[in-house]
Amino acid sequence: MLEVKDLHVTVEGKEILKGLSLTVNPGEVHAIMGPNGAGKSTLSAVIAGNEGYEVTSGSITFEGQDVLEMEIEERAQAGLLLGFQYPVEIPGVKNVYLLKAALNAQRAARGEGEMPAPEFMKLVREKLAYMKMDPSFLQRAVNEGFSGGEKKRNEILQMLVLQPKLAMLDEIDSGLDIDAMKVVAEGVNSLRDSERAILMVTHYQRLLDYIEPDYVHVLVDGRIVKSGDKTLALELESRGYEWVTEESAA
Amino acid sequence: MSGAQTFLNRLEERVSERQAASLPEPTWIVARRQAAAARFEALGFPTRRDEAWKYTDVRRIGEGDFALARDAAFSKAAAAALTLPIEAIRLTFVDGLFSAELSDLSALPSGASVEPLSQALADNHEAVGGALGRLTGVEFSPFSALNTAFTEEGAVIRLAPGTVVELPIVLQFLSRANDAAVMSHPRVLVQAGARSQATVVEHYVGEADAANFTNVVGEILLERGAILNHYKLQEAPLGDFHIASLHVDQGRDSRFTSFNINLGGALVRNDLVSDLNAQGAEASYLGLFFAQGRQHVDNHTLVNHNAPTTFSNENYKGILGDRARGVFNGKVIVKRDSQKIEAYQSNANLLLSDRAEIDAKPELEIYADDVKCSHGTTTGQLDEKAVFALRTRGINEQTARGLLTLAFAGEVMEQVTVDAIAERVERTVAGKLPERFNLTELVDASLNEVHDTGLGEE
Ligand SMILES: Nc1ncnc2c1ncn2[C@@H]1O[C@H](COP(=O)(O)OP(=O)(O)OP(=O)(O)O)[C@@H](O)[C@H]1O
Ligand SMILES: [Mg+2]
Repeated sequence: MLEVKDLHVTVEGKEILKGLSLTVNPGEVHAIMGPNGAGKSTLSAVIAGNEGYEVTSGSITFEGQDVLEMEIEERAQAGLLLGFQYPVEIPGVKNVYLLKAALNAQRAARGEGEMPAPEFMKLVREKLAYMKMDPSFLQRAVNEGFSGGEKKRNEILQMLVLQPKLAMLDEIDSGLDIDAMKVVAEGVNSLRDSERAILMVTHYQRLLDYIEPDYVHVLVDGRIVKSGDKTLALELESRGYEWVTEESAA
Repeated sequence: MSGAQTFLNRLEERVSERQAASLPEPTWIVARRQAAAARFEALGFPTRRDEAWKYTDVRRIGEGDFALARDAAFSKAAAAALTLPIEAIRLTFVDGLFSAELSDLSALPSGASVEPLSQALADNHEAVGGALGRLTGVEFSPFSALNTAFTEEGAVIRLAPGTVVELPIVLQFLSRANDAAVMSHPRVLVQAGARSQATVVEHYVGEADAANFTNVVGEILLERGAILNHYKLQEAPLGDFHIASLHVDQGRDSRFTSFNINLGGALVRNDLVSDLNAQGAEASYLGLFFAQGRQHVDNHTLVNHNAPTTFSNENYKGILGDRARGVFNGKVIVKRDSQKIEAYQSNANLLLSDRAEIDAKPELEIYADDVKCSHGTTTGQLDEKAVFALRTRGINEQTARGLLTLAFAGEVMEQVTVDAIAERVERTVAGKLPERFNLTELVDASLNEVHDTGLGEE
């Protein structure tokens, strides 16, 4: 469903991704690990459409469509959704507005009408309960004054309402205590089915205990240098990244 | 012929028309008219060399030739489309002339009187004469002098002590698309007796192609404990020139809240002045201006803390797109011996384009020492990170910008309690949003619905 081929990306003249390729099929969960500054967030940001990055060569397709030709919002409407490593605070825009506007935009793109208010509220309340979030969060401005953990839950809440085909989660586990981690992981797991896929960036094996990946990739210096199954994550946890770098250099 | 002379000629025209129609006038009006005309002639239109008009060039008005309105004809259907859809006590003026047909005073409670100025003068001109012009004289500005010279029509609202008017009193000023541009110089006079309460809405709106000049002067006298909410919703046609001053005299423990919302007009200037003359008097100024294209909107406010233990709080938000220009000048003067006062002022502006401009200037003059005062002004752009974040949720760019622009206006808009006004603002400011933006009520309603049907309880 997602095909990244030989992707080269630069930021302010500096090359960050240096020929990255990745294929994600429906039903799969992929984890991307790697040292700080390797380009993990860059990858997901480019897929989501962040205009600060320049794609110098390579391609990204999603369900056969050229992602790089799509507007930011079209990508989301097509089912490509990014959960941010650092969710943005949006003063004055209530969470419930964002959810409603986003859901209706997605429905409009599919040629569907707006969801009636009672149905929408029922859906949102269910998802809030699932994320163990108080309904008062709906009336609060998006992420404003939220704790780190609350911001991350809020990202997943959006995912649960919008039901993306491919959810990209950038360090969704950072800043979470163990209980919050379980809640977030459960939320993410509820998105898993044979039609959907998940691409998550993490530094920690702990998240992978809760969301079991089918594939683990190691991203170092702008390239995927090693891929394996979930045991690779365990190995990285105990041995660090250096041996992978050395192995791939050899 | 100088610009000012054109206006004076129109005045003569009007005076001789009145004489021909044998519409006599009280001598005090004639005397004031003459004095005001002389004053205006001496002053001429303000120029940018005048400190108060430094950023607002009114040559387009001064060099214009505005005819006098002849009739107040306006189709009922067309008026209905412009009227705020709220139950109200309503006076309608078309190009400044009173339209009985489009007015409705049926819900007026006892103790309250709402009349066109012409009627109030005809009934008992002496009762009007004392109050009219007491606050805003010909010295205030050349425009107030011009207005006084033309004094003829407007609205007079009088509330007997203790009268509470539940329904809003709407003064609707319709601007008509005429063959030749016209001018009007309405007066608004509100006399609120002790402990009376009311909401007054001045609504300026009109036909899209209109290009008229409105020069309104308002005076509000609040006696002890009176509470007045004043909304100005200025959504005049984009070709209209709109000059307004509103002067409020506040007695002990009176409370005045102004919502000054400006969305329309080609060239707009508002002066809002409160005199807090006795302890406990409180003025809240909430303002929102939104200008696009080449609109120019200037807001000058002045709060005079003339007595100890008086309070003022001001929050103005400006949103400027395209090549629009805005001016905010907020002045607070605390007199010597006006101790224990609190005066807060804030102004924030949002520039939606590189070519939009704002001149913002807070001015505090404090001659007492035991006071709490603060002021601040900021100007910025939409947060592009937030635009991006919203777009990554599938919300299109235009909607994202609309949501964020409305969010900026939110602090002021949240306090607007007349829904029809909030809706007008949302539609104008946010552009075409795919759904009703103000979801709060909807959400509350549907929450209750979910409870009632037990749907949300699993
Ligand atoms: N806007 C930018 N301007 C300059 N450099 C940038 C910019 N964005 C990213 N970079 C650089 O690109 C490199 C990759 O950053 P990226 O955020 O993708 O790393 P990461 O793998 O997600 O790291 P971490 O594990 O710390 O989150 C870093 O060296 C970073 O400093
Ligand atoms: Mg990162």
